[in-house]
Amino acid sequence: MNNTFYGKLIFELSQNGRQGDLPKGLMRENAPLLPEVDELSVVRHYTNMSNNNFGVDTGFYPLGSCTMKYNPKINEEIAAHREFTGLHPLQNTDTTQGALAVYYFLQTSLAEISGLSEFTLNPYAGAHGELTGLMIMRGYHMERGDLKRTKVIIPDSAHGTNPASSAVCGLDVVVVKSRPDGTVDVNDLRPLLDDTIAGMMMTNPNTLGIFEHNIGEIAKAVHDCGGLMYYDGANLNPMLGKVRPGDIGFDIMHINLHKTFSTPHGGGGPGSGPVGVRAGLEHLLPNPRVVKVEEEDYDYFKLECSDKSIGSISGHLGNFGVMMRALAYILTLGRDQLKWVGPLATLNANYIKESLKDVYELPIGGVCKHEFVYDGLKDKSTGVTTLDVAKRLLDYGFHAPTIYFPLLFHEALMVEPTENESKQTLDEFIRIMRVIAQEAKDDPEMVKTAPHNTPVRRLDDTQAALHPIVTWRELVADAQ
Amino acid sequence: MSKIIDGLYYSESHEYVKVEGDFGFIGITDYAQHELGNVVYVDMPEVDDEVTAGEEFGAVESVKAASDLMCPVSGTVVEVNEALEDEPGLINKDAFENWIIKVELSDKSELEGLMDAAAYKAMIGE
Repeated sequence: MNNTFYGKLIFELSQNGRQGDLPKGLMRENAPLLPEVDELSVVRHYTNMSNNNFGVDTGFYPLGSCTMKYNPKINEEIAAHREFTGLHPLQNTDTTQGALAVYYFLQTSLAEISGLSEFTLNPYAGAHGELTGLMIMRGYHMERGDLKRTKVIIPDSAHGTNPASSAVCGLDVVVVKSRPDGTVDVNDLRPLLDDTIAGMMMTNPNTLGIFEHNIGEIAKAVHDCGGLMYYDGANLNPMLGKVRPGDIGFDIMHINLHKTFSTPHGGGGPGSGPVGVRAGLEHLLPNPRVVKVEEEDYDYFKLECSDKSIGSISGHLGNFGVMMRALAYILTLGRDQLKWVGPLATLNANYIKESLKDVYELPIGGVCKHEFVYDGLKDKSTGVTTLDVAKRLLDYGFHAPTIYFPLLFHEALMVEPTENESKQTLDEFIRIMRVIAQEAKDDPEMVKTAPHNTPVRRLDDTQAALHPIVTWRELVADAQ
Repeated sequence: MSKIIDGLYYSESHEYVKVEGDFGFIGITDYAQHELGNVVYVDMPEVDDEVTAGEEFGAVESVKAASDLMCPVSGTVVEVNEALEDEPGLINKDAFENWIIKVELSDKSELEGLMDAAAYKAMIGE
């Protein structure tokens, strides 16, 4: 579809001297440096390009660890209300009470869902939330004059952002080895715990989709040594409505609204990474906080700054449009329906996992949560790798699962269907995965050279990493 | 079936040491390069840096993952393989020919703690 004439780069469609005929008084003295293209060609070019995009709205997107759930259209409609989009962040709070109410209502909803006391919605994304949460952890120890606590314990199966955020926060990372199923071994953890530990970061369920059954014991051990427990909300989806991080020993957490609360992932943004804390840590939350003031005959909201806070971590109040969508999602589902999100996400993942384990290697049996990992095809003799399977899936119109992560298995292929998918969609995915397993036996070369039907064929990952060509000028230079 | 060369010393984290006199050439094994896939970047120490057995001395980045390089022996870096800066893929072509650093060994007895070719072969199960 992009191999048409109009699928070329806009610069390639440009022809010197193709200009509009405007009255002299309206023309610039020097023409702007823009491609010279007629209107219809511009429309065709961009419409063709939009057809090359793949998203949750075009097909099944089982990208493990990313929770690519549907972004309900009603959220977009509500977030687009002019009464909200027309606000200026520096407007007097007398005139922004509606927006502050949205912030406050979402904040208290997330606190109820998580079993924590209060949330800030100011962080711009998950990793920004991690940094904010760790600053609160450090602030808690500094406030008590306990300056020795400079280390954070992180399981070796954790997402890479955890050690990265710790380093940015000036904390040293201590790695605790995980068992073969990615869960933390309490016996390996205990020797690491002393009065230099600021806290521990955990994802639960872990990166392999397995629930940490020892979480109570782990949290108690960390608390006994004086540390705090941080919950990375990356895998909150299967817990939704069933388990509250605050109830199982976590003190601080972040939530990725673009995962669990259905806001768009976008092309790298905008995101939102609210951070919640248990009772007793609220004063450390970043400035400003949205506070509800209750008068006798009416309530209102105001912004409050405190010198006990870790300070300001973002301009104003974060990505407001994303908050609108998340709140719309929570209210559309309501308390009772929200409780079905976790169980249905878990059911869907287990359905796929069990349906394909005779042809794909399942290294960890038993019940998973929202996602699971295969270790490539069961029959390794064909030479067809996880990468080849993922590429072949594109030919059938599915997005590829996450591959080669987590690092615990050589041929990791990680599937997360989310709760939104119908059984019909899951069955079709299962059917195609079986077709590919058969193709790997019958015609391995064809699978190893996939994709065959996509706008671009297999890309050279190595050259792309070594010599990325990201601009038109570089492309022209490379061709010469 | 990975290539394994007799006479070299091997570590559990898949580095090798080729000893010539007081010097050791350190790189990653053929098995390691195969597991990593196409190497796109090699992070190396600088000449005159001290390296310590069991500690990190750099990293190898491939299209799949970034992995720390653990030094099998201690000593002083006397040379780094600069060819890898422009062409890290040389490691995939021949991991034993394309060593990463050359070290003046400070304690040759450390070599006794490493594996020989047969033991390494048994470890990777080939």
